[in-house]
Parts: sequence; structure tokens; C-alpha cells
Amino acid sequence: MENTPIQVPTVAEMISRGETPEILFWVGCAGSFDDRARKITKAIVRILHKCEVKFAVLGAEESCTGDPAKRAGNEFLFQMQAMQNIQVLNGYEVKRIVTGCPHCFNTLKNEYPELGGNYEVIHHTQLLQELIDSGKLRIEDSSAFKGKRITFHDPCYLGRANDVYEAPRSALQQLDAELVEMRKCKKNGLCCGAGGAQMFKEAEKGDKEVNVERTEQAMETKPNIIATGCPFCNTMMTDGIKHLEKESEVQVKDIAELIAEAQDLL
Amino acid sequence: MISQIIFAILLLATAVLFGLRLKTIRRNILLGKDIERKDRSADRWKNMARVALGQGKMVTRPVAGFFHILIYVGFVLINIEMFEIVVDGLFGGHRTFSNSMGGLYNILIGSFEFLGFGVLLSCIIFLIRRNVVRIRRFHLKEMGGWPKSDANIILIWESLLMFAFLSMNACDFRLQELTGEGSIGFPLSQYLGNTLYGGLDESALHMTERFMWWFHIVGVMGFAVYVTYSKHLHIFFAFPNTYYANLEPKGKLTNMEAVMKEVQMMMDPNVDPYATPAPADPEATPERFGAKDVTDLTWKQLLDSYTCTECGRCSSECPANQTGKLLSPRKIMMDTRDRLEEVGKSLDGNGKPVDDGKALLGDYILEEELWACTSCNACVEACPVDIDPLSIIVDMRRYLIMEESKSPESITVMFNNIENNGAPWAFSAMDRDKWKDEL
Repeated sequence: MENTPIQVPTVAEMISRGETPEILFWVGCAGSFDDRARKITKAIVRILHKCEVKFAVLGAEESCTGDPAKRAGNEFLFQMQAMQNIQVLNGYEVKRIVTGCPHCFNTLKNEYPELGGNYEVIHHTQLLQELIDSGKLRIEDSSAFKGKRITFHDPCYLGRANDVYEAPRSALQQLDAELVEMRKCKKNGLCCGAGGAQMFKEAEKGDKEVNVERTEQAMETKPNIIATGCPFCNTMMTDGIKHLEKESEVQVKDIAELIAEAQDLL
Repeated sequence: MISQIIFAILLLATAVLFGLRLKTIRRNILLGKDIERKDRSADRWKNMARVALGQGKMVTRPVAGFFHILIYVGFVLINIEMFEIVVDGLFGGHRTFSNSMGGLYNILIGSFEFLGFGVLLSCIIFLIRRNVVRIRRFHLKEMGGWPKSDANIILIWESLLMFAFLSMNACDFRLQELTGEGSIGFPLSQYLGNTLYGGLDESALHMTERFMWWFHIVGVMGFAVYVTYSKHLHIFFAFPNTYYANLEPKGKLTNMEAVMKEVQMMMDPNVDPYATPAPADPEATPERFGAKDVTDLTWKQLLDSYTCTECGRCSSECPANQTGKLLSPRKIMMDTRDRLEEVGKSLDGNGKPVDDGKALLGDYILEEELWACTSCNACVEACPVDIDPLSIIVDMRRYLIMEESKSPESITVMFNNIENNGAPWAFSAMDRDKWKDEL
């Protein structure tokens, strides 16, 4: 455990000290405001700090990427957000971004370049893999997860949308746990129900909630932990577990939280 | 001689009907807006080779995939035999190539028999899957009436063609036995010949052989024309559709250019807001944001709609559909095609575009369907011929929001929050860093 609190500089602060960050951590709205997702943010920060990655955040200058607006059909609002963010990012000459959310990741990576925002964008599980591969992140004592069954729920915007399937899994493999796949996984994974701006509205009329269906699929693997890589999936799966009254048996955790826990950083 | 003339007329009629219909479909597809899909030709050929030619996405469902490949390979290869049938028909011969090709002819006929049997078997299994096993995706709401009959007609028609093809061979086998002339091997149809046609004498065999020959070839011609009016068009359109498929990451939505210009103007401090706008092109109709009707979609989306063979893999993978919501991505494609056909017919009738007071959105596709989508891309991933229902859903949401300001109330709240607070929830931008205090 750290004795002194970790200081996370904003890009502005770092630049005023005459330094530049190796990578910008794009926290995302959920990661900034949602109580549950803030824990994921803190886990990511602790890992970055431990691995001595020189990173910064935008702080109050970060604004919604526009993803939910775009997916709901509001292209004006999306592009206004994008142009604003691009002005800020280009102003600081940001080259590399890591996001805590697959939706921010997808939008920054795929939809910003045409609008003038060209950055190397990675998702936090990809950064974890990088840190593991380079030897900076080592899990010396993974006994915390010994004998546990972990199933990973692929976020649509990381998996199908961008074909990132291995990074989250190889990060999980660092834990001394049993990684079990759901019947529907990787490119056939079922959505948690939050994408396409569904997170911000009531579901349309149906006979079941999508998150309950997905949580049931996860439960088929008899997991101790459902691992996620997206704050929205995390909310949906957590709600699913509550709905099934399995809170005492199954935890829903982001991969970053699991890695941080294994490193005794939390 | 008369039979040759009849054959030639039928062949010509088929070609004309087939050609005219394809011309109409082409015109309908080109009613769509332009989209750049002619770049990266090497990647496009590769995608077509893998997905259409190689049936790369069919086998994700092994049972359907296996039998589909049997039908596909059978269909393509038996067409080689069609060449001889057409030559026979036009020049009045019988198995014209059997003498000149020698042993190779035997090998070809033998393999066609196995392929034909494979097709017949697969069609029967598919009929059972549809009508007896009643697999869910074949019985969703949109699959009543014509779509259901269309599927069964196709399977029964193909089965009859293969039965006629094998029977024709079976009769020739029996005739060979009776007359001692010819030495073509009929590895499979000989059994059919002995069981079904064993009791027939020479003249009855001749008649049956002729009947089966004509039934088969006229059936093939009719089928070729029928296909252009049915969901079965995928046998041709799978190829261009996979060639012109979206090769970008699936998560990437297009950035609307019309919006880009306006937003750039708004963000540019050097633009004079009171300047007279550049004179508009008097020829140009003001472009609509998003899609209300089929003519607002791109030609690729319209090609998608004709390519759809209603297999329903999209809908069976759709989280909204699985949980009982109104949305079915297959229905989005079927509606688009049906509306496009309607617009096309009105064009044929009036010679020019006429407003019929109807539109794809509202008369075919309901807002409730659009708002049930999670944009998860499961439908896009599932489609064996690279159809993209999601892009149509997004374009229609764009129309609803940007032209009609119609959205579920909570979505409007989300928009307002982003506009005012830079986040989809009502939190102050100044609180973004609060988590830092908890470290």
C-alpha cells in the first residue's frame, strides 16, 4: 500500500513543468462520475503509477467523446464534442491515449481521425498487456485468485467493434485463476444491453432484460468472478447479478481491478 | 426440329426476362446515395474470396454451414453439365460430349450425381429444419406469408430439379442396360433406375427420360427467373455484396459530411455569421439528414437489402430480438427491400419519381424497433454475406433526431447533459477530477 497519496497531474500541469506525458489517460464520463466506475479509474491509476508510466489526465478539460450522442443519432452534438476535444488534444500535442472505456476507445480511435484528431489510442487492457509483455508489470504473488473461476465478458466496442479479444485475456492469464469462456464469447459475445445509448434510457418493451440474459450466460460457467473491461458492462452485469440474487457468490470486477488487487494495490 | 426451336425460344425468353429484371434491380439500387466502396480492391477481392466464394462465415453454424456448402458446391459444379444440356437442346443431340470426352465424361457425370444427391439431401434436411424442427429464427414475426412460402418453394423446386436430373440419368442407365449401347457409368442413379424405373420398357423409358430432361431444363430456366423476384438473389449478389462490404472496424460509424461543414463553420472564429451563403446549386435538392426513405440510404445499403436471403442469423444473434423486443435486423433488411420494390414499381408506372405519401420509416419500420438497438454489431458479425443492418438503424435514428427532434425523453436529457456539462449525466465538469481525492 502507498503511504503518500498518488498525485495525478493534468496535461496542463505537466506541460507547465516542462514535461510531456508518455500517454494521456482518458478517464471517460463513467470513470469520472459513476461511483462504481471510479473504482476502476483508481485501479488503472494505481497500476500506471506502480509501473512508473508517465501519464496525465485532462481533468476538467476532458469532455464526453460524443459516443452516446452519435449512436443515438445526434451527429451535430457528436461532432461538436469531437471538435472541442480535438482542439484540446491537439493543443497539448497529445500523441498517445489510453482509455478506461471501450466506447471512448472506439470513438477516439476510429471516428476522430477524419475530424482532425490523429492519435494512437489503446484500451486499458491493451496497456496492461503491453506492461506485462515489457516486464514492467509482474504479478509476483497471484495467490489471491488461486482456484477461482473467472469468466470474461467481451465488451462489444472492444471485441466485435475493434477485434480486440486477446489483450484482456492475456492480462487475466497473469492471475493464477481458471479462465472459463462463456458459450457466447469473443466475436459471438452477447451485448450487456448498454450500448448504442441504451445506458441512458429505459429498455424497449420485451420479455426480458438483455443484462439478465447475459448474466445467465455468465452464470452457466459457474464463475467466482465476472471480469469486464467496460464501465457500462460492469454496471449491467452487476445489476444482472443482483437480479439473480447472486451477489454473495459472484463478483463483477474490471480487469484493471483484478490486476491491482493481485498486486496488492487496492 | 420443333423441339430445338421451342428450346431456343425458351432459352431466349429466360435470358430476356432475367436480364430485364436485373436491369430494374440495378436501377433500384442506384436510387441510393453514393458511398465510396471502390478503394482497396485487393482487400475487397480477398474478402469476397473468403466470405462468398469460400463460405467463410457460413460454417460458424456447423450443421447449416455443412449442408449449405453441399448445395453451393453442387449448384456451381452441376452448372458445367448445364452446358451440355443447352448444347443438346439447341442442336438436337443427346449427351453430345459423351463420345468425345471418353473417361473424363464418366468421371464428370459420376461426380455430378454425387453432388446432385448431396443437394437433394440438403434441401430435404433444410425443409425439415424449417417445417418440422421449427428452428426459432425461421418463425419470427416477419416470416409469415410470402417469406415462408418463398423459402419452401425454393427448397422444393431445387429438390425437384435434382430428382429430375438423377431420374434422367437413371433412365439412360436403364436404356443402356436394355439396348447394350453406351457405357456411361451412373454410380448413383443406377439404383434409382432399378428401383423406380425398373419395370418400364424401352419406349416408356425414352418417354420418361425426355420428360425428365425437359422438366429439369425448363425448371432451371424458370428458377433462374424466379430467383430474381425472390429472397434467393443471394446466389448472385453475395459476390458483389462482399466485394463492396465495409472493411473498416465495425465500431466506426461514418462522420456525416454535411454536418462536418456546419460544425466547422460554427467552431471557426473567422467565419462571418452574417455573410450571405454561397449561392446554392439550383439543381440540387436539399439533402436530408439521415434516412427516412430508401432513397436516403446508400446504394450499398440497398444492395444489402436485395442480397438478404432471410436466413435470420442476424436476428437470432440480436440481443434485442433474443429478449423479446420488437427489433429484428432481418426485418429491417426485408422492409428496405420491399419498400425499394414499391418505389421501383411506382417509377415503372409513372416514369418518374412520384410521392406516394409513404416512407420506409413509419410505414415499414417503427421507431420502437430503432430504439431497441444496442449497436452491438452482432447482426453485422452474424451475416454470412456481410450485410450491415446497423447502418440503416443509425441512419434512421439520425433522421429522427436531426430532422424531427423525436427521441425518447431520457435520450433528450442525455443530449442536454452532454451539451451543458460535457457528460451524459448531470454532473458538473468541475467535478471530473473528484476521484483523485480518493486515491
